Amino acid sequence: MTQLALVIDLNVCVGCHACVTSCKQWNTSGWAGPLADHNPYGAGPTGTFFNRVQTFEIGRFPDTETLHFPKSCLHCEEPPCVPVCPTGASYKRPDNGVVLVDYDKCIGCKYCSWSCPYGAREYDERQRVMKKCTLCIDRILDQSLPERERQPACVLACPTSARLFGDVHDPHSAVSLAIRERGGYVLMPEWGTQPANHYLPRRKTRLHIDPDQLQRVDNPLRREDLTTYTGEEAVDDVAW
Amino acid sequence: MHPAFSVLLLTTLIGAGQGLLLALYTGQVYALARLLPAQGPDFYVGGSLLALVLLVLGLVASFFHLGRPERAWRTATQWRTSWLSREVIVLPAVLGLVALYGLAHALELTARPWFTLAGVLPVDATLVLGLLASLAVYALYVCTAMIYASVRFLPEWHSPLTVANFILLGMASGFMLAAAYAAWRGAPLVAFYGLWAVIFTLLGLVTRGASLLRRGRITPKSSPQSAIGVRHQALVQIAQGATAGSFNTREFFHGRSPQTLRRVQGLFLLLVFPLPVLLIGLGHGLESPLAPLLAFGVQYLGLLAERWAFFAEARHPQNFYYQGVA
Repeated sequence: MTQLALVIDLNVCVGCHACVTSCKQWNTSGWAGPLADHNPYGAGPTGTFFNRVQTFEIGRFPDTETLHFPKSCLHCEEPPCVPVCPTGASYKRPDNGVVLVDYDKCIGCKYCSWSCPYGAREYDERQRVMKKCTLCIDRILDQSLPERERQPACVLACPTSARLFGDVHDPHSAVSLAIRERGGYVLMPEWGTQPANHYLPRRKTRLHIDPDQLQRVDNPLRREDLTTYTGEEAVDDVAW
Repeated sequence: MHPAFSVLLLTTLIGAGQGLLLALYTGQVYALARLLPAQGPDFYVGGSLLALVLLVLGLVASFFHLGRPERAWRTATQWRTSWLSREVIVLPAVLGLVALYGLAHALELTARPWFTLAGVLPVDATLVLGLLASLAVYALYVCTAMIYASVRFLPEWHSPLTVANFILLGMASGFMLAAAYAAWRGAPLVAFYGLWAVIFTLLGLVTRGASLLRRGRITPKSSPQSAIGVRHQALVQIAQGATAGSFNTREFFHGRSPQTLRRVQGLFLLLVFPLPVLLIGLGHGLESPLAPLLAFGVQYLGLLAERWAFFAEARHPQNFYYQGVA
């Protein structure tokens, strides 16, 4: 079975919000209707987004680090938001594992948002239905696009390639390899939701200098034979 | 969680309406056993109508919580997995059975029993419809409460105490209303309904008090560390990904200070439990028809505050991603 997902590399994310704006641009102009904004140019702008970048500070001054944290629907393998939906508008696609909302069936009761520990679902005030990341289902399955472009808008936009997209159930895919070899982890594993999206941890690149790197043991310029000769037979003479 | 006024009205109104039906039917059964003076059909017709009005008002209030109420019929489809869907099926069933129960009394079907059980108990349409309505009422209490109790991400709600509270507080307000209704009609059932209202109120105090105490001991399953997967004691959120808030910062926070929550908790502990009990006792002593009415009014206001606190008490794990609001 296929399970499409994102793998987000926190080690290279620079928090530029390119994924946020490209997501908004693609999904507000697509077949599913606009992602409504309220007061976009006034005081207190607010609106519906599928993807947001949050920023956290780790540690206390002066030992602090900044973590940029892109957050969208994790397309859980056990999605708790799906069974609670009273209309069946929320569903998980059996062919590729993407969790979707049927905007024509949703009644906007917001009950699914209570059942998502990640806060991945947002209520659209204009369309009056629940919305969430679709993994750009209208891009990734569009056979008329060149194969390179059949990826979520956020993945294509990321300038540092912090977002990988693929099938996490295929052990040979690039995403599976990244999860396996670079310590991929899931958010809030304690709830047993088995998120399909994974995160790659930040890794410190520290310079470590051993003393023998400064003082080479095999210095070719070093004078090796320290014996003082006084006319007797040397070792070399015996050997010859 | 954000306490939506539509949901506060829905749960308190239908709770009282359901309790009133239970009170009416209990009164009828007691009268049948000659433990209470029998009432004419007018009493039951009026009572059923009152219960029906409350249930319909609750239903109307619930529509204000939906973004697309015109599609509400779709909610009956997922009863296998969703408690919300189950409630949507049971609520009209209760409405229908209460209406039929009142109708059977209006047609004076009590005078025409279908058969006599064990030679002493004449079974007629009202008795059977009342029993079915009572069962449906309990099913509705359970469905309404399970909508909240089944959300495992909210530990404050995810407890059998939630179901107990919804049943006991609903029955308390329903019997309180029945006492007020009997007092208003001058029926000699005020003491009977009042006594049961007091009993359910005190039982409700035990379970609601227990859930308040339980709330103080809950340790959240998630933490800022598990939310973003970084192992460090000091994690501070700098940006939430929105300039002026989002759905996530509105739906999951009550938006008031912790002191306000404590005040509302104190208020409902006063309005729901001791005051109505005192008023019922006072009404019994003074034989005042106004006191039970006042007792119901005070308790209903208290229950609105109780439901507000019920929502405000619940802390959602998604709030770890919105620490600026929390």
